[in-house]
Amino acid sequence: MKYIAEYRDSTRVHTVMDEIARIVHRPWVIMEICGGQTHSIMRYGLDQLLPTGIELVHGPGCPVCVTSLEMIDKALAIAAQPGVIFTSYGDMLRVPGSDRDLFSMRASGADVRVVYSSLDALKIAQENPDKQVVFFAIGFETTAPANAMSVFQAKKLGLKNYSLLVSHVRVPPAMHVILGSASNRVRGFLAAGHVCAVMGYWEYAPIAQKYKVPIVVTGFEPVDIAQGILYTVKQLEKGRYDVENAYARVVSFEGNQPAQKLISQVFEECDQTWRGIGNIPASGWKLNSDYKDFDASERFQVQAIKPKESPLCIAGQILQGLKKPYNCPAFGSQCTPEHPLGATMVSSEGACAAYYRYGRPQ
Amino acid sequence: MTDPMPNIEGLVCPVPLLHNRQVVLGHGSGGRMSYELISKLFLPPLDNPILRAGDDAGVVSLPSGDDPHALRLAVSTDSHVVMPLFFPGGDIGRLAVCGTVNDVAMMGAEPMYLTAGFVLEEGLDFDLLGRVIASMQSAAHEAQVKVIAGDTKVVQRGKADGLYINTTGIGIIPKMVNIRGSNAQPGDVVLLSGTIGDHGIAVLAARGELYFDAQISSDVAPLNSLVSAMLHVSDNIHVLRDPTRGGLATTLNEIAIQSNVGIQIHEDSIPVKPAVSAACEMLGFDPLYVANEGKLIAIVGKDHADELLAVMHSHPLGIDASIIGTVTDEPGQHVTLRTTLGTTRLVDMLSGEMLPRIC
Repeated sequence: MKYIAEYRDSTRVHTVMDEIARIVHRPWVIMEICGGQTHSIMRYGLDQLLPTGIELVHGPGCPVCVTSLEMIDKALAIAAQPGVIFTSYGDMLRVPGSDRDLFSMRASGADVRVVYSSLDALKIAQENPDKQVVFFAIGFETTAPANAMSVFQAKKLGLKNYSLLVSHVRVPPAMHVILGSASNRVRGFLAAGHVCAVMGYWEYAPIAQKYKVPIVVTGFEPVDIAQGILYTVKQLEKGRYDVENAYARVVSFEGNQPAQKLISQVFEECDQTWRGIGNIPASGWKLNSDYKDFDASERFQVQAIKPKESPLCIAGQILQGLKKPYNCPAFGSQCTPEHPLGATMVSSEGACAAYYRYGRPQ
Repeated sequence: MTDPMPNIEGLVCPVPLLHNRQVVLGHGSGGRMSYELISKLFLPPLDNPILRAGDDAGVVSLPSGDDPHALRLAVSTDSHVVMPLFFPGGDIGRLAVCGTVNDVAMMGAEPMYLTAGFVLEEGLDFDLLGRVIASMQSAAHEAQVKVIAGDTKVVQRGKADGLYINTTGIGIIPKMVNIRGSNAQPGDVVLLSGTIGDHGIAVLAARGELYFDAQISSDVAPLNSLVSAMLHVSDNIHVLRDPTRGGLATTLNEIAIQSNVGIQIHEDSIPVKPAVSAACEMLGFDPLYVANEGKLIAIVGKDHADELLAVMHSHPLGIDASIIGTVTDEPGQHVTLRTTLGTTRLVDMLSGEMLPRIC
């Protein structure tokens, strides 16, 4: 655990928090984009160490939460077909579609398997030539390179029994949506370190300039997050709005260029529906024409089902930082991780699930 | 871009999905779903005061002469379905003996006898079965218990994962011993006998799901001699519990509910092996929720804590024992964790199936 312990060091966290308290003079609302950061904040109680006036709101950076209901329904329809092995990241199994989830599909006899990476799914395809193996390719820029690699290799190997159900989303368009909204409260961003490890942070300068908000690339450990907040508050107090990197041990300006190249070889930009937010133009990736033979939604001709949504859930507003989980009348009563009303309660990275698991008794 | 969110108030999340029509794997996780399955489906029709106590073993009193409680027995049963059948540090046979011995021992009882029921899959190798039975014999010898009855059933190939074993254990509770999940009192001290998460991570590694060599062995062991050593020096042990499926977090929550108390634990006092910690980091698991098969939690009167800790330290299964927290009178039956940063957070039960995070 060397290399991690030093970023969880209590003295270092408190030193940075003291510095924030020393320099802050006005209240600020800061959004952490990534669900992983939301979980660190709640798990370590970092919000308890911040001076009053600094409010953290939680962004749409949970890939499970924002995957559209239509996509989940497509996944369920594909998993139900005979001869299919449906593979997915574990978290997705709990997300309810219109009437069931992948857990129930598995309990009813569908071959649904949890994998840690799309490359594991590819291996399953090689080992089961008589089955169709589908991988549920969800996620932000973080998971895109591995997913792209799996179809890149499948094509090279001439595999006819492997395909992707793609529902990729990108961070910068979501930031435009949040900042462009009339009801926006966010004055600074902690950008997601893992996304920037792949993409770099060259995409963020136009956003910072257009909306006059500082954007600080931030990691996931307590010291990283405290430092990200410190950099952001420093800029806010001085009236600056630059893009800064507080996660330089992992992230470079250009990012991982071979990964970006692979993404552009396999995917192309598309409009994407975000659960709880709606359609955002050019906010997703789909397989490009060279790889469309690997598109599971075409291969299995799945029809979208009109979703039924709970009128109680306010996940959409939570994902945009307009409301907090405690503001929801259903939170902790009708809506719990066992009986989720919304995706933010389903995923282990969802803001509601983080509040439910770690939040202090209210 | 025009105002991008015109319809935002209308966009909401899906209707609730209750797993209340069929069993899913999460019902077997030992967490809240298991708890709900038992309390809603099993308990109402089978209800009686012994079962309702909700402890690791049922306690029955047998009369002798004028004394209606002359002999108190702890009875527990457990089915073992581990995959793979052999893993570093143990196997299904050792697990089947230790799991039930420990459940009986957690009532303060001295485990005496076991029964064993086997479900065998057609095609199971005799040599493999022989090794499992030899391992049971060795664990039974270690725990000083005898297997006194058994049963075998064979099912068609494909209807079982090689081999399932159910064991039932009986033990005698010594006079004056009164250990229940409902006995924790505000001011009590929480002791943990050693590192957490070893068994869960060892089994995951043996399944080939870690993709690296974890070098972790399961902690599966019979805890009755440790319990016996503890009872020898203290009559002030209120609760004993072995945190198996659902891990330390789930077990502490169960005790908080049973005793109607709060429990606060300290993150920096909970021992975790570096390899377990690293595996959990990689998979997105929290060691607080990972299974153990050779650890116990003891909730004891404050004045006896230091002496009990010393006894635990001098026993081979308690070398890494530690005082991890205290019982509070906080209403709401919450388990809270004081983090290394000095902040406080809630520690809930395991929800359903433990799933790896995406990123």
